[in-house]
Amino acid sequence: MSIIRIKNLHKVYSQKQIPVKALNGVDLTFDEGEFTALVAPSGAGKTTFLNLLGGLDLPTEGSVEIGGVRIDQLSSAEKTKFRLTNIGFVFQAYNLIPVLTASENIEFIMELQGISKRERAVRSRELLEAVGIPDKANVRPLQLSGGQQQRVAVARALASKPKFVLADEPTANLDSKSTENLLDIMLQLNKKENITFIFATHDARVVKMARRVITFEDGKVINDEVR
Amino acid sequence: MRLFVIAWRNLWRNKKRTLITVSSVFFGVILCSLMGSMQEGSYNSMISNLVNFYSGYIQLHNEDYWEDKSINNSFFESDSLVNKVMAVDGIDYIIPRLESFALLSGGEHTKGAMVMGVHLEKENALTSIAGKIIEGAFLSGDDEGVLIGFRLAEKLQVGVGDTVVLFGQGYHGITAAGKYPVRGLFKLPNPNLNRRLVYMELKKAQEFYGAERLLTSYVMVVKDNKIMKRVLPVLKNNISKPYKIRSWVEMFPNMIQQIESDRSSALVMKGVLYIVIMFGILGTVMMMVTERRREFGVMMAVGMLKYKLAITVFYETLFMGMLGVVSGLLGSLPVVGYFYHNPIPLTGKVAEWMADLGFEPYMFFSWEAGVFINQMVAVFLITIIVSVFPFVRIMKMSGVNALKG
Repeated sequence: MSIIRIKNLHKVYSQKQIPVKALNGVDLTFDEGEFTALVAPSGAGKTTFLNLLGGLDLPTEGSVEIGGVRIDQLSSAEKTKFRLTNIGFVFQAYNLIPVLTASENIEFIMELQGISKRERAVRSRELLEAVGIPDKANVRPLQLSGGQQQRVAVARALASKPKFVLADEPTANLDSKSTENLLDIMLQLNKKENITFIFATHDARVVKMARRVITFEDGKVINDEVR
Repeated sequence: MRLFVIAWRNLWRNKKRTLITVSSVFFGVILCSLMGSMQEGSYNSMISNLVNFYSGYIQLHNEDYWEDKSINNSFFESDSLVNKVMAVDGIDYIIPRLESFALLSGGEHTKGAMVMGVHLEKENALTSIAGKIIEGAFLSGDDEGVLIGFRLAEKLQVGVGDTVVLFGQGYHGITAAGKYPVRGLFKLPNPNLNRRLVYMELKKAQEFYGAERLLTSYVMVVKDNKIMKRVLPVLKNNISKPYKIRSWVEMFPNMIQQIESDRSSALVMKGVLYIVIMFGILGTVMMMVTERRREFGVMMAVGMLKYKLAITVFYETLFMGMLGVVSGLLGSLPVVGYFYHNPIPLTGKVAEWMADLGFEPYMFFSWEAGVFINQMVAVFLITIIVSVFPFVRIMKMSGVNALKG
């Protein structure tokens, strides 16, 4: 069953008054529990696509429907609330809040959701165990390695029990061992909790593990392969 | 709760910058506290000298007396009037006075003087004049002598035991003249009074002015300004023509104007200081917002509403301001406390100038809570004003642009 429907999605940026087409008529659907890689060279529209999918940016034309909600028609505050309960983000540069410890970073999302302190602590512990760093709960991001930070970022993305996770080049700054560990963790969570994962990547290791690979070129989908 | 924690920890991400900003508030608060304390201390001293050594907080006169301070505008002593006044809750006691002018001669020198006929015991209760005698002794019973200010004595070149001649106009134009032995010289905190005041027993003053049983004022003694404000409307309501009740504020409007004008000029100086503080905090907050643009983008992406982000930055601004205020107040309290108990004596021309203006040549400090509370309120308002900038920036921030850094 499709939880995401994207129709005729266009995004045009204006760079020094010259219009640049980042997306040029994308039509896609995503089902629950997918583990999908969006593959494209740099500048082909992967990040723009993820930003539109996550309601961080507005399309020039077209629609983004998630679970029956047209998020491109929501107000800024409504989109923020929608993201809080439906979407998890994993960024290339981890982007953890530097003044919070690993567990506080995870609990932060749940606190925004209004979850009780006890429940937050339990879920944060479970997530840190799931990503394999239960001993790093009270450590701040700067004292963690890149791989460990990205694991915390994944745990944070999952803290709100989202319907899907958008990951923008999550392995770009990681060594091969960390990448392998992280992908294993995400694959397990995908299978165990049926969370949809959509990666923007050009990392061959991610592509290899994906069950669906969508290739972008010049803002268009040129290939959509289900394995 | 978490927003507080995040804000507090954010403050210490760049310790040096935070400490520099807090220091600017710290020094500003110390300067403003000292300045405010010095100002209020001087005003309090002026007011205290006036009400405690001369006017009292409230006076009762003939309705025409204050505009035309002639002995002809006096009134008769009245027990019923005293009882009516004393019936008002808050009035401790009442002092009768007969006050007028006369020429005072000693040998070859003559000076104009203010002669105050007083009830010795009651007057002493208000002004503690007996304790201000620096030479000779206080008057006793129906003493025929007078007490004169030490500066007036210097001018007339008279001392204790000498005789002075008083010459003036009495009640309804009669000539008032008499010889009086000097029993003592007094030194009041108000230099003006030392230069022109003569104390005399009330009955003797009434005899001198031919104003038997007449008074120019009843001085009503209350504990402080607060009680005065409560008592004044009651008295005004209870006492009707031909009498009039006046507070010291009404009797000496020039002093109030002088204080207010001085307060206004000091406010400009404090304003400049606070503007410097404000720009110090604003600079830091601007840097904080610009540096953390990407972080704000992430927070918005993961579901944090913009207004909550703005609140976090507001807390950061508030913490910086409050740290500065608290440390500044802690720093200024001992200094102000010390100078409150040990006023700074002025010397040389400044001291002379102050004395000429009728003020004690000391720099007094005030220990009133208001002096310190004002600094807290000012810095709090500054943080509110400064917070507007990050608030607007964050509310206008686009999530996707912020993520690009």
